[in-house]
Amino acid sequence: MAPAAQRKSYDDVVVCLPVTIPYRRYSTNSAQWWLGRVLRELTQRAKLRLSDIDGLAVSSFTLAPDTAIGLTQHFGVSPRWLDHIPFGGVSGIVALRRAARAVQAGDAEIVACIAGDTNHVDSFRKTLSNFSRFAHDAVYPYGAGGANASFALITKNYMNQYGAKREDFARICIAQRDNALAIPFAMMKKKLTLDEYMAARPIADPVHLFDCVMPCAGAEGFLVCREDVAKSLNLPYVRLLSTIERHNAFTADPIQTRGGWAVDISELWSMAGLKPDAVDFVQTYDDYPVIVMMQFEDLGFCAKGEGPDFVRSHTFINDGSFPHNTSGGQLSVGQAGAAGGLLGLVEAVRQLIGAPLGTAVRDARSCVVSGFGMINYDRGLSSGAAILARA
Amino acid sequence: MSQPLNRPKRKNPLQRTKHPLSPPGVRSRTAHGLTAAAAEGRFALQVCEDCKTVIYPPRDCCPTCLSVRLPFRDVERGGVLVAETTVQVSADPYFRERTPWRVGTVKLDAGPLIVAHLHADAQEGHRVRLDLKLDKSGSAVVMALPEKDTPNMADDPHLREMTCDPKFRRVLITDGRTPVGQAMAEAFAEAGAAIVFVGIADPWKPVPGLEALRKIGPVEIVPLDLTDSESVSEQAEQNGARIDIVVNTAEHVRSGGIVDRHGLTTVREQIDIRYLGLVRLAQAFGPVLRARGADGINAAAAFVNLLSAHALMNWPAYGSYSAAEAACLSAAQCMRTELRPGGIKVMNVFFGPLETEWFQTVPPPKVAPATLARAVVRGLQQGLEDVFVGDIAEDIRARLAVNPKALERELAS
Amino acid sequence: MTVDVLSFARAVALGQIRVVDLTQTLSQDFPTIVLPPELGQCAPFRIEEISRYDERGPAWYWNNISLGEHTGTHFDAPIHWISGKDLPNNAVDTIDVTKFIAPAVVIDCSKECAADPDFALTVAFVEAWEARHGKIEPGHWVLLRSDWSKQDFTQYANLREDGAHTPGPAPEVVKWFVEARDVHGFGTETIGTDLGQGHHFNPPFPAHFYMHGKGRFGLQCLTNLDQLPPKGAVIIAAPLKIKQGSGSPLRVLALVS
Repeated sequence: MAPAAQRKSYDDVVVCLPVTIPYRRYSTNSAQWWLGRVLRELTQRAKLRLSDIDGLAVSSFTLAPDTAIGLTQHFGVSPRWLDHIPFGGVSGIVALRRAARAVQAGDAEIVACIAGDTNHVDSFRKTLSNFSRFAHDAVYPYGAGGANASFALITKNYMNQYGAKREDFARICIAQRDNALAIPFAMMKKKLTLDEYMAARPIADPVHLFDCVMPCAGAEGFLVCREDVAKSLNLPYVRLLSTIERHNAFTADPIQTRGGWAVDISELWSMAGLKPDAVDFVQTYDDYPVIVMMQFEDLGFCAKGEGPDFVRSHTFINDGSFPHNTSGGQLSVGQAGAAGGLLGLVEAVRQLIGAPLGTAVRDARSCVVSGFGMINYDRGLSSGAAILARA
Repeated sequence: MSQPLNRPKRKNPLQRTKHPLSPPGVRSRTAHGLTAAAAEGRFALQVCEDCKTVIYPPRDCCPTCLSVRLPFRDVERGGVLVAETTVQVSADPYFRERTPWRVGTVKLDAGPLIVAHLHADAQEGHRVRLDLKLDKSGSAVVMALPEKDTPNMADDPHLREMTCDPKFRRVLITDGRTPVGQAMAEAFAEAGAAIVFVGIADPWKPVPGLEALRKIGPVEIVPLDLTDSESVSEQAEQNGARIDIVVNTAEHVRSGGIVDRHGLTTVREQIDIRYLGLVRLAQAFGPVLRARGADGINAAAAFVNLLSAHALMNWPAYGSYSAAEAACLSAAQCMRTELRPGGIKVMNVFFGPLETEWFQTVPPPKVAPATLARAVVRGLQQGLEDVFVGDIAEDIRARLAVNPKALERELAS
Repeated sequence: MTVDVLSFARAVALGQIRVVDLTQTLSQDFPTIVLPPELGQCAPFRIEEISRYDERGPAWYWNNISLGEHTGTHFDAPIHWISGKDLPNNAVDTIDVTKFIAPAVVIDCSKECAADPDFALTVAFVEAWEARHGKIEPGHWVLLRSDWSKQDFTQYANLREDGAHTPGPAPEVVKWFVEARDVHGFGTETIGTDLGQGHHFNPPFPAHFYMHGKGRFGLQCLTNLDQLPPKGAVIIAAPLKIKQGSGSPLRVLALVS
């Protein structure tokens, strides 16, 4: 077989216009309504006509029976590049990767990457109970704890194998709660203490209430385009230094202790020309604190199994030693379905252009954003990461 | 350690009866290969014909070589319980009212990772033995049991939810006049049934074995004539709400076929006692069984049909008998669907010729009534749906799986 | 002599003529004759609701019934037995309808039957009865009062290891009834006009053999015979008009002045 090609750099591609439609716990509106709002906000803030957006990437869990194509007629857009990205928590990274190459190749000028979900009173249960074929056959019949039971098994195994304690996970959750205090629409509005975390109601041992995200309705979006296009629109922008993506990695691992990032992580750093200690903040995908801990390891900040130590020896608030999930992550702000896959990326762009919703990370020049998700049976199949830098 | 079950207290008649709920029952077509195995008490997974990989969850392409030749084969049940969790909060209504509920990940010796229900005595880090069971939705689930049997194992609440254990339950044996009916009463008494109602029709005719029946502790003789709709509905009205398992022991065995038979009286009796009798029982007892499927430790659990294996393929020497049995089999399949919302299992127990008077001239192997009775009890204890008792029944089942047409010809000679 | 039927009807309505119901209720519990299992059996009485003011029929109640010609209180026609098979007008639809109204004598053997379930009525017993009540005139039903209808159903059938043990006529008295007294027919309270052990006689089942062989009739499962006088009652026993029927369940009424 011929040697693999060199990955092309993202030199002329930029990310701009981070938009969040404030989250609400419940909404009687549709996913189409939420996605339309973020698309409108994008066009209005950029002072663009809808027809100027010639590329669209959509992610949503509650859009059925529509997909992206239905939205083109629903919204009255005629894009020449369209993608529907059903990868949950890694949707933001994947949308960014697809859009970046389309823009580089000239297949689209301005790509809007949007994600949004509604949350009716039964949305969560319905989404959970129709997630995948393997889930029907091999997960729901076993306690129907949804993802909570699956991640409880992953958490239990990680704790058994690497000596992580609940107190370690608490440090992640508590810091994220602090970071969210300044976010007006966050679902969780109060500080979290260690006592409260430890005493929280068990959901599926060892996962307790504050290890779980709160489902809600909301939408996130951003634009991808060439640098000159962003300049012509007077939009502050952020550079894309590198990305990776990997699905269904480490199939031989009996229980998931690492995600796909570990396969390609050196490529992420070498393509960006940076080392882990160079970045100023990290946005991980925080569906559960155990996955956050795995990302610290698999993204290269510490070795496998050293997650507990790493967490004990760092502080994760925005002015701490390792600013992390700077707007509080999903654990504090809430998980607006697939929009959770864009939350970290959108917040990262805000921090890097100096316009955060919450407290700023001082002198933020670069960051890693990581995505994860799609627990098809017993492990999250999808992973991805991107390194972004201030322009 | 499993706590032994205590005999349930008398039900409080002022309290509302809990309605049965179903756990998630949706499965892909391929996954119903597990349901087929669970129905018979087998442990089978897909094994790739081409590369021999043992596969789970069920799927349509081998994850090693992409082959589509993935038949279900019996595999070794042993493995290690790698991690466990106890679900305390569930979005699903069935599990929500049954938490805490333990599940765990088992690494099977044969290869795959299986998320399974855990028996109370299955411990994290230890070896376990896997079983396929039909849950209350009627679809298969995997249950991890301790590697070796433990005391009071059958009393584990998770396991009892998957089985129809007669212990502490009230049973109706529909016809106690026959050797099979009487052996059944003994077997259920031994299995710990709280009451064994035994139906007797035409009390003005002598009942051989009545005295011995009366001596069995939990036995209560009740009037029941399966050819009389009023008799059946009366019995259901009086005792239906305290009958958890119905075992239909009514029999009508006569040799002879269809063409070479003179007149309809025997055939009419056969249909009346076997098929119409089953329909009467279904209409009278079905609704109350279904409503009581979640009614505590001795919730309603099962309807048992004793069927000739020739319900599956006619034996012309007993041709009209086979046809009546076939009618009952089809009705039982319908009943399975109708009773499932209550989590009630319809268990079909197939047997060849019995060691009873109407099979007198048939050569061995034949099934003794006591053997049949024990097989029924065991089938209920394991929560099976299809049970084959004796060499002839097993032989018919094996031949049907390969070439039904050849079996049809073979039974003709 | 002319008899005014309207006066008769008025007398019945006014209670001047007593009407006694000699019929058992047709119900599922009532025993039927049990033959060896290899032979065809008489269907027991069964009843299935068609509707009862419900979704199956909103304003009405009705049933389908199933039963044999010889279920419950029933009439035996000569065609029922091999000995009467070739006689003219021998089926329930061809018997001359005037035969359905006839006088009856009631011979009380209730004490003897209480002492011995296998009691056999003999010529001597009947002659002793005639000495007290007068000769049996021709054309009369002979009804054997055993009070057997007062038993609970298990005692009524009285099935033991060697079959039924219920009273009936000895062979020679049946012959004598037909040849010496020209009777209309023979009626009993038991299942069958013959003794329960009647299959051991020669010929087997002599009441059936001799009565039907000579074109006479049978009535079985009668009740309330203890309300009838030894002589003087008139029986109305009209079977269903079944095509070539061998018998039928029916309402048997006795009229007593």
